[in-house]
Amino acid sequence: MAGYAFISPFIIGFLCFTVIPMGASLFLSFTSYDLFTPPKWVGFDNYKAMLTDDEKYWGSLKVTFYYVLAGVPLRLAFALFIAVILNRAEKGVGIYRTLFYLPSIIGGSVAVAIMWRNVFGNDGVINGLLFFLGFDKKIFWYQDPTSALWTLILLSVWQFGSSMLIFLAGLKNIPPMYQEAASVDGANRFQRFFLITLPLLSPIIFFNLVMQTISAFMTFTPAYIISKGEGGPLDGTLLYSLYLFQRAFNFFQMGYASAMAWVMLILIGLVTFILFKTSSLWVHYESKEG
Amino acid sequence: MEPVKDISGRAAPAPLPAGNRKKRAGQLVFHITTAGLAIILLYPVIWLIASSFKESASIFATSHSLIPDPLILSNYTEGWKGIAGQPFITFIKNSLIIVGLSTAGAVLSSAFIAYGFARIPFKGKAFWFSCMMVTMMLPHEVLMIPQYIIFAKLDWLNSFKPIVVPQFFGHAFFIFLMIQFIRTIPVELDEAAKIDGCSRLGIFFRIILPLIAPALATSAIFSFYWKWEELINPLLYLNKPELYPVSLALKLFLDTETASNWGAMFAMSVVSLVPVILVFFVFQKSIVQGISMSGLK
Repeated sequence: MAGYAFISPFIIGFLCFTVIPMGASLFLSFTSYDLFTPPKWVGFDNYKAMLTDDEKYWGSLKVTFYYVLAGVPLRLAFALFIAVILNRAEKGVGIYRTLFYLPSIIGGSVAVAIMWRNVFGNDGVINGLLFFLGFDKKIFWYQDPTSALWTLILLSVWQFGSSMLIFLAGLKNIPPMYQEAASVDGANRFQRFFLITLPLLSPIIFFNLVMQTISAFMTFTPAYIISKGEGGPLDGTLLYSLYLFQRAFNFFQMGYASAMAWVMLILIGLVTFILFKTSSLWVHYESKEG
Repeated sequence: MEPVKDISGRAAPAPLPAGNRKKRAGQLVFHITTAGLAIILLYPVIWLIASSFKESASIFATSHSLIPDPLILSNYTEGWKGIAGQPFITFIKNSLIIVGLSTAGAVLSSAFIAYGFARIPFKGKAFWFSCMMVTMMLPHEVLMIPQYIIFAKLDWLNSFKPIVVPQFFGHAFFIFLMIQFIRTIPVELDEAAKIDGCSRLGIFFRIILPLIAPALATSAIFSFYWKWEELINPLLYLNKPELYPVSLALKLFLDTETASNWGAMFAMSVVSLVPVILVFFVFQKSIVQGISMSGLK
């Protein structure tokens, strides 16, 4: 019983802030509820309306998948690339590691979102530098839905530092004798990376891929700040959670938004499941007796 | 800074001058590329800081330049006066209250829970452990709406309670990190204390807690970051400017953005980043260790 005494805060919190809200959310997703009048049972109407009659919904789904599919692999690839470069004995490596990690620490803040908005603004840093370098054409990042979304993707790639640290820790655990043996056998740098480093690191890459994919699906703050809560232009940055937020707290459609949340939960579950299924194809687990 | 081991693990006995030169060249290429990349990556932050010392009207006209001309401080004095009738110090005070209470609650309760999971055998442990891991992956959106309704019914809107209270029931990431840490402590220590007549609570407070201090510090640092930067919960639960934390105040600056207050908005953005960057440089060792050890974040 002593065990339960110690973990009781978790159990109470889990029931009050996870289990009960999830049950309530599932119930609400089958109702029409505006917070002020009691919820009205509508069956599957919310789900039906969402999937068959809401273009904005499909738009936000598309934008979110674009964001996840482009952002997460780019971020992980960049993190791995830098980790491999930094994995050497050299003066200053620690300083570089610190500097590269800094964006991860500040990246989620409103201040950085405001900064990013102005970096890509019509008279922002990018266009300012372009002009300075002699180009007189400006890029209007926030007038085109796709380029506006790419500013969000770049913001997520910019925060590659935490994955980089995890990869660095993984790289240090690879025994140097593997690389040495391969060198002796005549493997060049690329072969050593693709045939030794990558397979040995694949469990860590996989774990990161899963965690980052889940959190990318839920990105809210940068889209909210950069588009000033609108998700524009032309819903180009209307990420799923931003649209859900609008439905719930701008239009007070709590039932509809709850249904959206459940579809999101199922989608994330599905994507995670697929990732786990495909992992046996490329994730290399070293056998224990090896 | 911890030393990085060379891949070969040892220096060549007596390198030939030619090889030496080649090695020098390699080092030079390494430093030029990595330093160049660091400058490109951090350029926006440097630009933000530089712009906060420029006149509002010239920020975008001179966006290619990092040198404020003239260099002015009025953005800071202007921004410090605040917004929506509140001085900026109010927002900082609110942020500190939220961060302080949340962090204390999350770290202490997580340590308690982690000890239960790591050291005490009990029925159903595997079940509760997997419940905890699931909460780590659960989308906040699913819980956001019902939680909002519950807190509204409790009449907790426009108070810090909905933001702070849930932190007192443990945080999955911190619990996981602390369990990893507790497992590195030899069980013999617990047993010796038990023989000496120490109760479980005594073992927890006198032996485990001091020994997992690094994990407590790492958790506290992350809690500080997350709560300092958090936007969505304050956005949902706080509607009065006198209760706004810094993140919401910045959003207010953005909402009322005009050509004349860019400077103040930039200056207060910089102010909001100062504690974060400061904590980062002071505690970077435990941060790096925490991430590397848990493989999370």
